[in-house]
Amino acid sequence: MNLMSLTAAELGKKIKAKEVSAREAAECSLAAIREREAEVHSFVTTVDEEAVLLRADEVQKQISEGKLCSPLAGVPVAVKDNMCTKGLLTTCSSKILGNFKPTYTAEAVLNLERAGAIVVGKTNMDEFAMGSTTETSYFGVTRNPWNTGHVPGGSSGGSCAAVAAEECSYALGSDTGGSIRQPSSFCGVTGIKPTYGTVSRYGLIAYGSSLDQIGPVAKDVTDCAVILEAIASHDRKDSTSVAREDCRFTEALRDDAAGMRIGIPRDYFGKGLDGEVKDAVLGAAKVLEDKGAVVEEFDLSLVEYAIPAYYVIASAEASSNLARFDGVKYAYRSEDFVGLHQMYKKTRSEGFGAEVKRRIMLGSFVLSSGYYDAYYLKALRTKALIKRAFDKAFEKYDLILGPVAPTTAPKLGESLADPIKMYLGDIYTISVNLAGLPGISVPCGLDGNGMPIGLQLIGDCFQEKKLFRAAYAYEQTRAYRHCPLAQKGVSEA
Amino acid sequence: MAKNVISDETIEYVGILAKLELSGEERERAKEDMANMLDYIDLLNELDTAGVEPMSHVFPVHNVFREDVVENGDDRDNMLANAPEQKDGCYKVPKTVE
Amino acid sequence: MSKQYETVIGLEVHVELATKTKIFCACSTQFGGEPNTHTCPVCTGMPGSLPVLNRQVVEYAAAVGLATNCTITRNGRFDRKNYFYPDNPQNYQISQLYFPICRDGGVEIETAAGKKVVRIHEIHMEEDAGKLIHDEWEDCTLVDFNRSGVPLIEIVSEPDMRSAEEVIAYLDKLRLIIQYLGASDCKLQEGSMRADVNLSVREVGCETFGTRTEMKNLNSFKAIARAIEGEKNRQIDILEEGGQVIQETRRWDDNKECSYAMRSKEDAQDYRYFPEPDLVPVIIDDEWLEEIRSRQPELRDEKRIRYQEEYGIPEYDIDILTSEKRLADLFEETIAAGCKPKEVSNWLMVETMRLLKDEDMDAADIRFSPAHLAALIGLVEQGKINRTVAKEVFEVMFREDMDPVSYVEEKGLVMVQDEGALRSTIEEIVKNNPQSVEDYRGGKKKAMGFLVGQTMKAMKGKADPAMVNRILLELLA
Repeated sequence: MNLMSLTAAELGKKIKAKEVSAREAAECSLAAIREREAEVHSFVTTVDEEAVLLRADEVQKQISEGKLCSPLAGVPVAVKDNMCTKGLLTTCSSKILGNFKPTYTAEAVLNLERAGAIVVGKTNMDEFAMGSTTETSYFGVTRNPWNTGHVPGGSSGGSCAAVAAEECSYALGSDTGGSIRQPSSFCGVTGIKPTYGTVSRYGLIAYGSSLDQIGPVAKDVTDCAVILEAIASHDRKDSTSVAREDCRFTEALRDDAAGMRIGIPRDYFGKGLDGEVKDAVLGAAKVLEDKGAVVEEFDLSLVEYAIPAYYVIASAEASSNLARFDGVKYAYRSEDFVGLHQMYKKTRSEGFGAEVKRRIMLGSFVLSSGYYDAYYLKALRTKALIKRAFDKAFEKYDLILGPVAPTTAPKLGESLADPIKMYLGDIYTISVNLAGLPGISVPCGLDGNGMPIGLQLIGDCFQEKKLFRAAYAYEQTRAYRHCPLAQKGVSEA
Repeated sequence: MAKNVISDETIEYVGILAKLELSGEERERAKEDMANMLDYIDLLNELDTAGVEPMSHVFPVHNVFREDVVENGDDRDNMLANAPEQKDGCYKVPKTVE
Repeated sequence: MSKQYETVIGLEVHVELATKTKIFCACSTQFGGEPNTHTCPVCTGMPGSLPVLNRQVVEYAAAVGLATNCTITRNGRFDRKNYFYPDNPQNYQISQLYFPICRDGGVEIETAAGKKVVRIHEIHMEEDAGKLIHDEWEDCTLVDFNRSGVPLIEIVSEPDMRSAEEVIAYLDKLRLIIQYLGASDCKLQEGSMRADVNLSVREVGCETFGTRTEMKNLNSFKAIARAIEGEKNRQIDILEEGGQVIQETRRWDDNKECSYAMRSKEDAQDYRYFPEPDLVPVIIDDEWLEEIRSRQPELRDEKRIRYQEEYGIPEYDIDILTSEKRLADLFEETIAAGCKPKEVSNWLMVETMRLLKDEDMDAADIRFSPAHLAALIGLVEQGKINRTVAKEVFEVMFREDMDPVSYVEEKGLVMVQDEGALRSTIEEIVKNNPQSVEDYRGGKKKAMGFLVGQTMKAMKGKADPAMVNRILLELLA
């Protein structure tokens, strides 16, 4: 039996029931990584196999002694490479952090470790989470396990590919403008971006601080709820962390959508949306309607302004957040320079890739003297209007339903040539980050080429339970589809 | 053709702010990219935002404090292990101009 | 110089707050640790680290604001100031531009020309930078982040000062207020109080301001006075030659007594301020503000009035005693230990001030405790030691803060009260100095002093002077 074909919750149950050991689960993950990495390349760094097994034995001992009873105890996980892991390379898929070993572990990862998770590796991503394809990684592209000629999406492409390719049971991703939801959709897995402030950002290497949020990537909705329960915490090290009253997300997993009011924004179904995606998403809406939800169309408004506002805000914050990579305190320093200022310039020009430089330049410009009001403040005002539009929608609806992305995963090499076209691919996900809302991506079919399509449900802030309930109800109507590569099976370890 | 035009001086100036040094080819690409992005961002000018308060934080969370108690010990050696160059317990950099 | 010029000065005063920990992390602010031993991921700008505000910083800043008559901002924010420099680990400094914690205050200063109010534009909270050490051996720079993240307030005045004298009076006023609040020790030499001087000149009678320059690196009152004089003259020379002053930042070199521009083509001086997304607003409601207000200690001006009413000591004494919070504290605590105000005042004003000057120390560095000073005063009052011995004991106490009672006993300094023994010593001295006795009896009263001196010498200083006088007069009569 291939343990990696199970969901995290299923595997956790088997470990708890002593049907399998944490070591067996870990061995299964390690074998899959050995077998599939050459094809998929989900990871930047894999943890030394001996260390993984040692950790698995330790966790097993604690499980046996009854000290660990989390549903995730002993289950292998992959962590996006922008989350700090003590003593383990953390690169953000950038040359500039190529040899950085943090002295601390991100709070979200610590929470998982406390729950007995076994970290098997750090996943590939767009450099500093800037991109939608995982092609901007300094360490090479990640391929979509459904068809290795396609991108896995991004920026959490490595995490979503690793889950789809069944190299681990689940993964952590981060989402600044759609970076969990879009690659989840492209890879046929489930991913949730929680309400801003739900998961601590301590140890998450910042891209756009006011937008970044860590979230789970897994095979199904149940896993996402279980994982989010484990990683959500009120962290006093993160001032923007929120003390939430109710984080018992698994309680919401009921096959019941009766009476839920679901709004479909007409603005999400216009020009640019692929026909097959549209049909699949509307088909999902129909399923929810059949389950008793009240589904209706409405005008959300302001949709086209989210992307420009986002690029101003995220780039501005990024230009400042990434200023610390200067060759002084850690990681890369150019080898050939004269004097301090040249050291700065060469280190940064050699260390950052093209997309990162593009956003740092844009961000520096929009904050510079004379442009701040026209660009930055304008974007913050637009953000306020977008938040208002959502507030208004949530007066009427429990959830908003739409596509995650306008198309399925594009082919490798097609996207980077035209940045703005690539940015437009985030049109349905970005406003969710601007407004701090939770959003989930759930598989809802395949297109004619056999590439997965994702359904997005958006909730009001702190209403993850509604998301989980509706997503779970929908999910009960269809079985999880393993990607062809994962079905090939793994030679016994 | 982009409506916004980014001059050599602007790119040079932004390069100084961002501490990035662009090669000739990169410069031309950067000018074009930035002009295109600004054209796109100018879409926001269609919106009437008069009287709208700029929103930097989405939620009204406030007054998050630490108490004034020393909790951190000395982890210098581990932190310095990441430094490209170090000397005498310090991070070593090229001479700063006085 | 044909025209008459007026100097217009505004100050930006940085004060390091006396918190135990840094502004955004739980590292110690203690001075003088080995390099980088008081650092953590937050204050070294490690990726993924996040700032959390120290509540005490807000309270100190608000307390200074209240004491300088500012309006306290009820909904304050932090902003990022972006610039690259190796002492700035994140390459941005967390500061306050748009909603500083205090605004629109002012303090009254006194100069020879009379009283005057210097208005305060704003006070904001921010983090200090690390220290750069030049390594001569390798001709490179070493960075120590122990100071990085130490809390600062920056007090920005309006351009209300017109002379170095006013500037120094203003700084001294701020120093005293802040020291009294306990918000900082305000030592210019050690850098816990630093002033940047914004200065411009204009023709007398002119309504508009001239172009100003900003001068940095001023670490003593003397350096500030010299820099003001130097910069004033430099600007007047430029104007007299028909030139124009350039708005720029200049660095004062106190050894060469001249300033030079700090410009470089790599510095654009464009700080790209924007709201700090990692910190949430600081909301100070009525209740909190009232709490801070109720904790405000008595400040100098209030103390001066009370000293006059309560202790009835001369104004001159009051001025000196209240010129340093440490002196005032010592004064009050020694009185509380049961001493007479004037007696305590004398010890502080004369002996203490003399020793501080000799040792080149600040009052803040005084080591002896009020209990020990009170004990010493008690020894004199009880007639156990005389004043001369007391002064010697005080000097030791000033250096070592030992208990004067046991010290005097151990060293055998207690006055001899045995009248018989003293009388026989004096009789001996009178016998051996017939000339002096004759001189005294012949009307040379000074001779008496010589005989007293001889007696004290013979008694190793431990005789009660009153008793010596009485016996001598008796024998000489």
